[in-house]
Amino acid sequence: MKKKINFDNKDFNELVKKQNFLSFSFTFLILLIYFVFIIIIGFKPNIFSFFLNDSKFTIGIIYGFSIIVFSIFLTIIYVLLANKILDKIRERI
Amino acid sequence: MSNFYASIVFLTFVFITLVITFFASKKTKSKDSFYAAGGKISGFQNGLAIAGDYMSAASFLGISGLVFYSGFDGLIYSIGFLVGWPIILFILAEKLKNLGKYTFADATSIRLEPKKTRIIAVFGTLTTVLLYLIAQMVGAGGLIQTLFGLPYDFAVWVVGILMILYVSFGGMIATTWVQIIKAILLLLGASILAFLVLKNYEFSLNNIFSTASEIHSSGNNILFPGQLISDPVSAISLGIALIFGTAGLPHILMRFFTVPNARSARISAAYATGFIGYFYILTFIIGFGAIILLTGSQDYIGSSGNLIGSNNMAAIHLSHAIGGDVFLGFISAVAFATILAVVSGLTLAGASAIGHDLYVYVLNDGKVKEEKEILVSKVSTIVLGVVAIFLGISFEGQNVAFMVGLAFAIAASVNFPILILTITWKGLTTRGAFIGGFVGLLIAVLLVILGPIVWVDILGNEKAIFPYKYPALFSVTMAFFFIILVSKLDKSEKSNKRKKLFEKQFIKSYLNN
Repeated sequence: MKKKINFDNKDFNELVKKQNFLSFSFTFLILLIYFVFIIIIGFKPNIFSFFLNDSKFTIGIIYGFSIIVFSIFLTIIYVLLANKILDKIRERI
Repeated sequence: MSNFYASIVFLTFVFITLVITFFASKKTKSKDSFYAAGGKISGFQNGLAIAGDYMSAASFLGISGLVFYSGFDGLIYSIGFLVGWPIILFILAEKLKNLGKYTFADATSIRLEPKKTRIIAVFGTLTTVLLYLIAQMVGAGGLIQTLFGLPYDFAVWVVGILMILYVSFGGMIATTWVQIIKAILLLLGASILAFLVLKNYEFSLNNIFSTASEIHSSGNNILFPGQLISDPVSAISLGIALIFGTAGLPHILMRFFTVPNARSARISAAYATGFIGYFYILTFIIGFGAIILLTGSQDYIGSSGNLIGSNNMAAIHLSHAIGGDVFLGFISAVAFATILAVVSGLTLAGASAIGHDLYVYVLNDGKVKEEKEILVSKVSTIVLGVVAIFLGISFEGQNVAFMVGLAFAIAASVNFPILILTITWKGLTTRGAFIGGFVGLLIAVLLVILGPIVWVDILGNEKAIFPYKYPALFSVTMAFFFIILVSKLDKSEKSNKRKKLFEKQFIKSYLNN
């Protein structure tokens, strides 16, 4: 039999608080770096045309690749934290 | 000769997938297995299947072609397509799995009135699915015509019939395995292609960029943002469509119901992000490889200076230039398999909306026997398949690229706002979701028709009434605005009662109990 959970449950509140913090901060981060990218393209694309040192890597390409790598990195961190912390609280509940 | 190799690889793919369909059909006796593969797909498998659904021929051939023509601009699209994924993981995947059963409308109709909520979901699903299907079918016909020398109509029929077989007999089990096999083939093919390009240049991207910018007619301009997206409104609008559209695609959302629990839903979204991100890095390298190896070669570039076949042929031609007939055959077969797998996923999502949402809940108040529901969904599969074949044939040779954009815009303006507000906002009412959802749908369609692609390029008018190619900034904003406004104004007794269900739904979304 499953226990009846309501909004007064301490563990449940902790879960909601932690999960929301994780979800919203990570979503905010990814939206921030993505929309900075988009806004630079829309308003000041020149920023992306500088070459790095003597290479053929432009700021745009570096930034673009970084978004991809960062997205993958963030998802891994999210899953690890959710598996470790959030699922522990769920087990308690 | 390449036709011969392509046929061997493709026929092997068809044979294996039909065998899988045969075995899957024995297991596909219940709703659970037809719509959701019995919830028995693992997180890793589902991650591959999602990536398979998402890495369509349009993104493989389309984006590498875009990189071939304009370099960096192709990257803008790939990044937009990717960034939706972490967001799905962070805010949607687990809760969707906890709330829903077979379609995303299962999740939205827990506390909203089932009928109206399902009606708007059916509209959102079917418009998205049909637009996407037309684009895929026309792409398939053209591609197979060029690659295998088969007549366009014949190619469309082959794709249509195979997809009907997979989906109607094998349901979600067969569709998922077709998707997984294709995802592996596509990742393998693209990896080899990118590897061969890198190998030619001592694994130095710097060498590749410098050689490509010397060869390309636009020179260094291919290394930073160019003409493709030149104003802030278009850039932001495209970004919104890609991110929120991804999170509203019905065939993608449906995949989260094929895993056993929220934890595997989470894991599958993370794997999907990894595969898709890796894939887009590959397409960028492939596009640059194509610039270097195809430019100036009469075997691949026509007298007009464009790629022979179509703008989408960069990756295909590159596979021949770098790996000869055998590799060309392999990549061609993979492209064909890709289309086949994606249309199957789309058709299943469409058939579920008709069978499960429309027939059972809208027309029969949820009182339908399981066998009958499956039968209706299977018949819907066949009908959708035949419709897709005829639409594919009647749109031959027309500009359908805008349809994928429109599908994303509708998913972003109808499905996504309703879904996210159902999960997060207690104040949402049925009336708000219904009216706001239709406003989003209408504005998205209207702005695309009045925009530069349809109004000017297709209908031949002089000047677009709506000046931007992408409507999402406006349609998504309006959808959210109207959903919230109408909900706030809705003081009816019924909606107050329904609001009380929010607590139950809220707890379920975190715990699934």
